[in-house]
Amino acid sequence: MFELDRSQYPQKKADGTLDIDLTSGKYLKLWQGPQHPGITGNMAIELTVCGDEVVDATTHVGYLHRGFEKLMERRTFMQCFPIVCRICVPEPDFNEYCYAAAVEELAGLEIPELAHWIRTLILEMGRVNSYLMYLGGQAGAFGQGVIGQWTTYVRDLMLDRFEELTGARIYHMFIIPGGVRDNLPDGFAGRMEETLREIESVLADVDRVMFHNAVFKKRAVGVGVIDTAWLDSYGITGPNARAAGVAKDVRKDQPYLVYPELDFEAVTGKDSDIYTRADVRRRDLLLSLDLIRQILAKMPKTGAVMTKLPNVLHWKIPRGETYVRGECSRGEYGYYLVTDGSGYPRRVNVRGPSYTHSIALFERMVINANISDVAALLVSLHTYPPEIER
Amino acid sequence: MQQLYDTLSQRFSLGEFTRQRADLAFITVGAVRLHALLRHLRDQEGFTHLVLLTAVDWLEDGQFQLTYLLNNRAKCQDLGLRVMIARDNASMESIHDLWAAAATYQRELREMFGIDFPGSPRLMDDFILEGWNAAPPYRRDFDTLEYARATYRERPGRETRDPAAHMKQQLYGDKGDV
Repeated sequence: MFELDRSQYPQKKADGTLDIDLTSGKYLKLWQGPQHPGITGNMAIELTVCGDEVVDATTHVGYLHRGFEKLMERRTFMQCFPIVCRICVPEPDFNEYCYAAAVEELAGLEIPELAHWIRTLILEMGRVNSYLMYLGGQAGAFGQGVIGQWTTYVRDLMLDRFEELTGARIYHMFIIPGGVRDNLPDGFAGRMEETLREIESVLADVDRVMFHNAVFKKRAVGVGVIDTAWLDSYGITGPNARAAGVAKDVRKDQPYLVYPELDFEAVTGKDSDIYTRADVRRRDLLLSLDLIRQILAKMPKTGAVMTKLPNVLHWKIPRGETYVRGECSRGEYGYYLVTDGSGYPRRVNVRGPSYTHSIALFERMVINANISDVAALLVSLHTYPPEIER
Repeated sequence: MQQLYDTLSQRFSLGEFTRQRADLAFITVGAVRLHALLRHLRDQEGFTHLVLLTAVDWLEDGQFQLTYLLNNRAKCQDLGLRVMIARDNASMESIHDLWAAAATYQRELREMFGIDFPGSPRLMDDFILEGWNAAPPYRRDFDTLEYARATYRERPGRETRDPAAHMKQQLYGDKGDV
């Protein structure tokens, strides 16, 4: 960012559009993405720069559009369930949970208590994976490639736990309408404890090498500040809001699953810059490790994990609509489901936090930023494009 | 939520009230008064967070349902406002002046459902479907299968099964309908 007040630059015309003459020779159009190390997934940013200052930006998405919401309208309720996890690759489990919970609510299904615990466990495991991937990306945006190698190593250990629990590493398809597929395997808690200790060990190194690194501090402190006045206007949730000092966390605000039985407080920061957002996520990651321990200690060891479902080939759900949300690693994740009494959803709408963060918010934040800060700024919002274009 | 509905009813003409959960309700409202109602809910009732804005196509009724979902964090309440508009030449007042993020939702609804929001920033810019010339694809009368058949060629050697019939065959064999 620049030392001088640049708030009045670039100037705007009377109609609110930017007063930029692209033929003047002062400006350059620069594309960051869709194939670029400084982009988060399948998206692109169209930058207009003057010197090394960004004066305009447009986020382009659609490189990964598969029309999930439309596809689901042609599938039975059970056929939709293996699709939804693909809407968010690094943290797919929230799609499974939100979809299952919405279907269960409209169908009037009660799921067993043990399934609630296992669902919470899976969601926290997914959060750990997502944060580990983020930390590697955030450090990488400043040229610290080694952090990504460390976090990828421990993420792989957590994927091992996912594999032994669900049979899959990325798309788990374990949270199913009616409950979960199975109970924990024998000895799971012990192996999970080993994984958690290894993650903590690596995070201690990450703390020293990344968060106490002079280059990281120099480039992340005071850069990319989100004004608290923007929170409602831009629909900012999750760590992006908590780093601004607002304790927005669905797990505390509108608790779901077994979160009311767990002991924790929402992690917040106050400076709302790139550094604070990274630090909030690091501490939230440590909180997730603690929550996993609490869940494994408190959960019942035996019991049913699935409720009895109607014949899924002929399953019709009465007309209704609902919205179910959860707190994923990036903020509020939700499913709006409308049913019309038939065997197919009338409408499924996925509310991913990246939808607002990486378009309206990012396009505003990046104005007046230096080109070299764009990648770090985008990564600091922790966005995953598939949940934008669904 | 019932209390909120009663309070709002004194100022606005409201339609059907549906209590979905203790913390979630839906109210049907007319398109004309929607903007004023949203402003009131945001400024006076604490519903400051626009959770989502989306559309549901009720093709058989010739209507789109626009759903504006708002959240009141202090009271842990969600309120969905349903607005029914005609499918033909569908148009709705923009709310980007209330929530900046709404412009993105409206851009998507223009592209996917063909609903116009006059005055909404960059409304006509491509959002997800760059270079799309066919009908808005999320409308119920847009047949994805037909579009795919007309646009792409069939790869030789592929076998296609009807998913429901295939599952039935896998589960029950030749025992017939169950």
